[in-house]
Amino acid sequence: MKRYIKIFTNGLVLENPLLMLMIGLCSALAVTTAVANGLGMGLAMTFVLLMSEVVISAFRKLIPDSIRIPVFIIIIAAFTTVIDYVLKAYFPDLSKAMGVFIPLIVVNCIIMGRVEGFSYKRPVMDVIPDAIGMGIGYTWVLVGISALRELLGNGTIFNIQIMPQSYKPILFFVLSPGGFFVFALFISLNIFLKSRLKNVEEERK
Amino acid sequence: MILFKIFISAFLIDNIVLMRFLALCSFIGMTTDEGQSVGMGLAVTFVTVLATTVTWPLYYFILKPMGLEFLQILVFILVIAALVQLVEFYLKKSAPALYSSMGIYLALITTNCAILAVTFDNVSKGYNFIESIVYSVGVALGYLLAMLLLAGIRKRIATSPIPSFLKGTPILFVASALLSVAFMGFAGLVK
Repeated sequence: MKRYIKIFTNGLVLENPLLMLMIGLCSALAVTTAVANGLGMGLAMTFVLLMSEVVISAFRKLIPDSIRIPVFIIIIAAFTTVIDYVLKAYFPDLSKAMGVFIPLIVVNCIIMGRVEGFSYKRPVMDVIPDAIGMGIGYTWVLVGISALRELLGNGTIFNIQIMPQSYKPILFFVLSPGGFFVFALFISLNIFLKSRLKNVEEERK
Repeated sequence: MILFKIFISAFLIDNIVLMRFLALCSFIGMTTDEGQSVGMGLAVTFVTVLATTVTWPLYYFILKPMGLEFLQILVFILVIAALVQLVEFYLKKSAPALYSSMGIYLALITTNCAILAVTFDNVSKGYNFIESIVYSVGVALGYLLAMLLLAGIRKRIATSPIPSFLKGTPILFVASALLSVAFMGFAGLVK
């Protein structure tokens, strides 16, 4: 049990896919202009990650080594198509707001990286906490970035007015440059958190 | 004239990296020196145009008449992956000099989201074949420009005093934010 918790928490800070490994950045910056979009993207990504990791891990002994990459791509693309059509049918506004970034989950390096580096070698039981941990690690960063951007750039969170009426929204944050800027702050924060965590661990020893 | 408009808006106004946040992995990872960033940019240009010439007819002559639009994601990514492999084999065999300078980048760009995004855009924006080609050239050159700009800035960053909490990757994103502000100035260039 302890092992699964360790695998699960790995993705949250220490090996956070966005902030530490610097992969899967595109979608993280593009869709985070509003919290609803950030959350939607995070959950869509978590779904694809979980399903592909489980399927690949279950079939890992049947997939020939030499053609594993094309096989992975087909599996990931299949689940991406599923989530794309589900969002189009049930959440058309969200789907429109995220546009091309939903189909682009298929080339998101986080999924390819986890599948190739982790689930191709591990049993299904290990893979589930990993996928959920990585998914949540990705989602919290997305929600964090989008909350800050929506709050400063629009004065709202989930379209509910938070800032006082006298507050003038800083448009910079919802436009493209704001995405880069807020992300820079988040990486910096994560580096700080990581060094703190390491200090705590050393003190325990 | 419409072709020129498509080109300028893909190249500058909707710059794929700085305005649309695509292909950021290589934007951050491959810009440590100018030569490398130009190599990557040229390889991406080549593959983007090639991918457009293949996926556009594939969508309109095969997928659409047969009602298989839902296979778009799957087919496009596989076609691009296969295409990159073929180009790699061909270059290795017939142009070893070019291969040794461009080969390493080719393997990396299968999962470059800019290329896949361009092929999706061509369909969703309803461009005809010529427009699609012009659009993909514009996007790819915009990518090259952004790569080159960041590579130049990184050279300066290496020797500049930087606040310690921004050292490393964060400063790159701050620099990209400023570049992006500059590119916002192009908005409204083409009506």
